[in-house]
Amino acid sequence: MIDEGRALFLQIAERLEDQIIDGTLPEEAQAPSTNELAAFYRINPATAAKGIAMLVDKDVLYKRRGIGMFVAPGARERLLGERRAAFADRYVDPLLVEARKLGLDADDLALLIRDRASAHGAVTEGNAR
Amino acid sequence: MTTGTPVIEVQHLTKRYRDTLAVDDVSFTIEKDTIYGLLGRNGAGKTTVMSILTAQNFATSGDVRVFGMHPYENAKVLSRMCFVRESQKYPDDALPRHAFASARLFFPNWDQEFAERLIDEFQLPMKRRIKKLSRGQLSAVGVIIGLAARAEITFFDEPYLGLDAVARQIFYDRLLEDYAEHPRTVILSSHLIDEVSNLIERVLVIDRGRIVMNESTDAVRDRAANIVGDARAVDAFVAGREVIHRETLGTVASVTVLGRLTADDRAQLAAAGLDVAPVSLQQLIVRTTQHAAESSPAASGTIPADIDEGALR
Repeated sequence: MIDEGRALFLQIAERLEDQIIDGTLPEEAQAPSTNELAAFYRINPATAAKGIAMLVDKDVLYKRRGIGMFVAPGARERLLGERRAAFADRYVDPLLVEARKLGLDADDLALLIRDRASAHGAVTEGNAR
Repeated sequence: MTTGTPVIEVQHLTKRYRDTLAVDDVSFTIEKDTIYGLLGRNGAGKTTVMSILTAQNFATSGDVRVFGMHPYENAKVLSRMCFVRESQKYPDDALPRHAFASARLFFPNWDQEFAERLIDEFQLPMKRRIKKLSRGQLSAVGVIIGLAARAEITFFDEPYLGLDAVARQIFYDRLLEDYAEHPRTVILSSHLIDEVSNLIERVLVIDRGRIVMNESTDAVRDRAANIVGDARAVDAFVAGREVIHRETLGTVASVTVLGRLTADDRAQLAAAGLDVAPVSLQQLIVRTTQHAAESSPAASGTIPADIDEGALR
């Protein structure tokens, strides 16, 4: 569930961000507590607290005294912006490296992506029916 | 959770048994309400350090303070500490309930209900003499005492011997749960580094009587990486960096380097077609201690300070 070798608190923060981005944790909803996160992921509570503190620093979560942590208004938009900015580095660059290794150029890739995208679209429509 | 208040302070601690140096001029502090992993190979000095801290063994030289006081014959200190030994001895005719009854008398924060819940969960036979218990059941007695005592400082010295995977998971889960509700200092010595790596907030590594690492688990996780790919490209990248391990297969090399990779490093690696694989806590500790051993001129002697530091940074 958790990959070795990367700071755990970053992974915990990322999991929470993912939930905010995909809407399972909507704005103004209460985020899991440090102890709930620690018990669920089987990690040290201090590590979970560090992940939450990071999201508070980023204004993704805010604290309601005596109640707990809540998702800040506008958090989803900000996270989306951040992830989109990182998308090229995280996904496109490695794709280009692998493509070059296989002798595919940018045009081949563009074609492949369009092709796959329409296949995915068909599948999604099929599921919708 | 780390508060920065030390509960244990050790200065220049040395323990010599006849011709062997079990603990070699060690200084460190243990912070309040933090779970530590005390890691190291067999014979590295883990048990010796824990016995001296709990006043079950004498230091040859050096100063040990627990809650700011000397622990020897100091009831004010000893009742606030619990040491779960791997080789705990009990009287021949003792039943588990006798062991729990004395623990209840000794530890002021003892939680009887919690102890009973643990006895159930570990399915400990209460009517069998401790002497007749299996290795795993004997370990369970120690684990139950260590958890239910809720001492301000608890040492677990390889508490899992003979415990199966299910029982070990019960131990880890209860430890985390109870620690979350009743924060305290826990020092867990273990060989099963990967099993405990997510539980511990700080890592204390002891190697041939010396502390070679004392830092936050998160910082440790980030400080090494495996670089894998064409050997020439790998060598070009690692030139000038500290290499702690190297393997090759044909023209492919896998090299473990110390130091956090920057965004520039990652871009450079991607451009060179090299892969970056994370290093687990266990791999890092194995490689750090191996590296120290290989760099050390006298395999069984003490480690010169400069090489020791090289292995660390």
